[in-house]
Amino acid sequence: MKKTITILVFILVAAAALYFGLRGPEAPETIRIGVAGAHSGDLASYGISALRGAEYVVRQINDRGGILGKQIELVKEDDLCKPEVATNSATKLVSEGIRVVMGHICSGATRTALGIYKPAKVLVMSPSATNPPLTQSGEYPNFFRTIASDDAQARLEVDFAKKRGWTRIAVLHDKGDYGKGLAEYAKGFIEQDPDLELALYEGITPGGVDYSAVVTKLDQAGAQAVIFGGYHPEASKLVSQMRKKKMETVFISDDGVKDDTFIKVAGEFADGVYATGPKDVSTNPRAVEATRAHRETYKSDPGAFYLNACAATTALLNAIERAGGTGDFDALAKVLRTESVETTLGRIRFDERGDAIGVGFSVYQVRNGAYAEVR
Amino acid sequence: MDYFLKLFLGGLTKGSIYALIALGYTMVYGIIQLINFAHGEIYMIGAFTALIAASVLGFLGFSQLAILVLASLVAVIYSAAYGLTVEKVAYKPLRQAPRLSPLISAIGMSIFLQNYVFLAQTSDFLPFPALIPEFDFWAPYAHIISSVELAIILTTAAIMVVLTLLIKFTRMGKAMRATAQDKEMAMLVGVDVDRVISITFIIGSSLAAVGGVLIASRVGQINFYIGFIAGIKAFTAAVLGGIGSIPGAVLGALVLGWTESFATGYVSSDYEDVFAFCLLVFILIFKPAGILGRPDAQKV
Repeated sequence: MKKTITILVFILVAAAALYFGLRGPEAPETIRIGVAGAHSGDLASYGISALRGAEYVVRQINDRGGILGKQIELVKEDDLCKPEVATNSATKLVSEGIRVVMGHICSGATRTALGIYKPAKVLVMSPSATNPPLTQSGEYPNFFRTIASDDAQARLEVDFAKKRGWTRIAVLHDKGDYGKGLAEYAKGFIEQDPDLELALYEGITPGGVDYSAVVTKLDQAGAQAVIFGGYHPEASKLVSQMRKKKMETVFISDDGVKDDTFIKVAGEFADGVYATGPKDVSTNPRAVEATRAHRETYKSDPGAFYLNACAATTALLNAIERAGGTGDFDALAKVLRTESVETTLGRIRFDERGDAIGVGFSVYQVRNGAYAEVR
Repeated sequence: MDYFLKLFLGGLTKGSIYALIALGYTMVYGIIQLINFAHGEIYMIGAFTALIAASVLGFLGFSQLAILVLASLVAVIYSAAYGLTVEKVAYKPLRQAPRLSPLISAIGMSIFLQNYVFLAQTSDFLPFPALIPEFDFWAPYAHIISSVELAIILTTAAIMVVLTLLIKFTRMGKAMRATAQDKEMAMLVGVDVDRVISITFIIGSSLAAVGGVLIASRVGQINFYIGFIAGIKAFTAAVLGGIGSIPGAVLGALVLGWTESFATGYVSSDYEDVFAFCLLVFILIFKPAGILGRPDAQKV
């Protein structure tokens, strides 16, 4: 028994010596940020692209002397995009005293990890988890993300219609996974909003010979605007038939329609059609520079979530700087929600739910035969 | 009432479109008991030919009416040639074979023609010019039924009358009816059966081409796959009305068009096809040969 205690004490002393020895006088204290995601396995390309984004931003900041006079250190954890592994990664990061995490990558893994981060008051920001309830359920006040959620287009379309004063809205879809999913979100948002009215909710048969019956029904329902979830072949048929019947109903659709083929096929009838599509970042100098650096370092084009991860890391580091460290969770969250920051995705801040404002989709309109962003 | 009228006319237009294609199915079936699955593809080829012809003619500076007439004519001739060739290549060698063989040959032809157009043209949707103009005198009624739809209904009606007259009162019509009743007997009394069959294919393909031009200028877009869906619907219409019967095909097509239109208008477009096919099942339960079909007596 005595022997065991002696050994334990010895180990403790050795560990402490090692710990303090490593952080000796020549290495000042660092700010440690967790980076969690799939760094190996089937979905490694997602996690690696995000990790490279974080590394790029941190390298830049460290070269300029870090923040608050301290260098930044990334603590990597591989969760393989598996929920059961993510629990372990999260537990490990929390026990190491990490207060801010950039990750996780997959929605499922992120959700289970959040169960561990939440009671520990760890701030989590994902560059890639798009599952809507992660922010919308309100269950995770410690969760933020720099990617638009799956329902963002529907949200944007409904908000846009409301802002323009079109309160009686019809929703159509092409019965496909993509179109119907989007339409269902749009329908939900319209029903939740007391100012808006759902005029009609219908699915149409893709590839149908004509849609005159549904167009007639739409006319009868008296909708001011119609939101269509689906792709351009059906959209151009619907729009042409509506316009040929002299209907002025506003047509709003998604990035399945924000395609030049739509304009080519629908011709003059395409004019005035609205469609949401991914925000264009190709003119953002930060994005251009980050992409160039990636090509230089890795001799390849950046992966899917590289720019989102750059933006998340920038936003997190900015919050840490403003809040004076990683310790005060409420101060960090407050900075994220109130202060805008320039990132690779443009100027962003976060809403109450944790979704980034200014990220994701824009509304475009067909004008003179081309899509132009609506400001 | 206004709403009902719009749905009624919409259904009528849709039915007329189906009828033009269904006639080709039903005539061929009536004469050689073959379900010509390549028929939808002939319709698609008609639309493509009209598009190409219209582009060329438009480039040469013809007037809109001239473009409409000439492009339709080119489409009809070209499609008829395709129909005839398909018959000679894929069906004629199999005339004495079991009934399943030409059926498989028809499916093969359908796949071949689809892919041929896909490779020779494009997989993209192409814009189709509005060949049928918006008539000014019709403008006050355009919100109920557009002039294109009016043109479709009138053209179909006219074709129907001409076809009926052709079959009832001409020598060729008589020969066709004779061949349909009994091929061998017709041959024995001096009917050139091969020629009758060829002409049947030519007429069916021409009608499909007209349908292709009309529908494409209404919908405004075509691609290599449009023949499949239109073909399936028209085939359904032909079966509904009683395959082999010409008035049956028209009636079946109209019933199908109205069912779809009213199902969408009063219930939900989600169930458009469900209603159409439920109706088909019901009618086939009570009248297995279709609405106007004659029960096929088994020859022993």
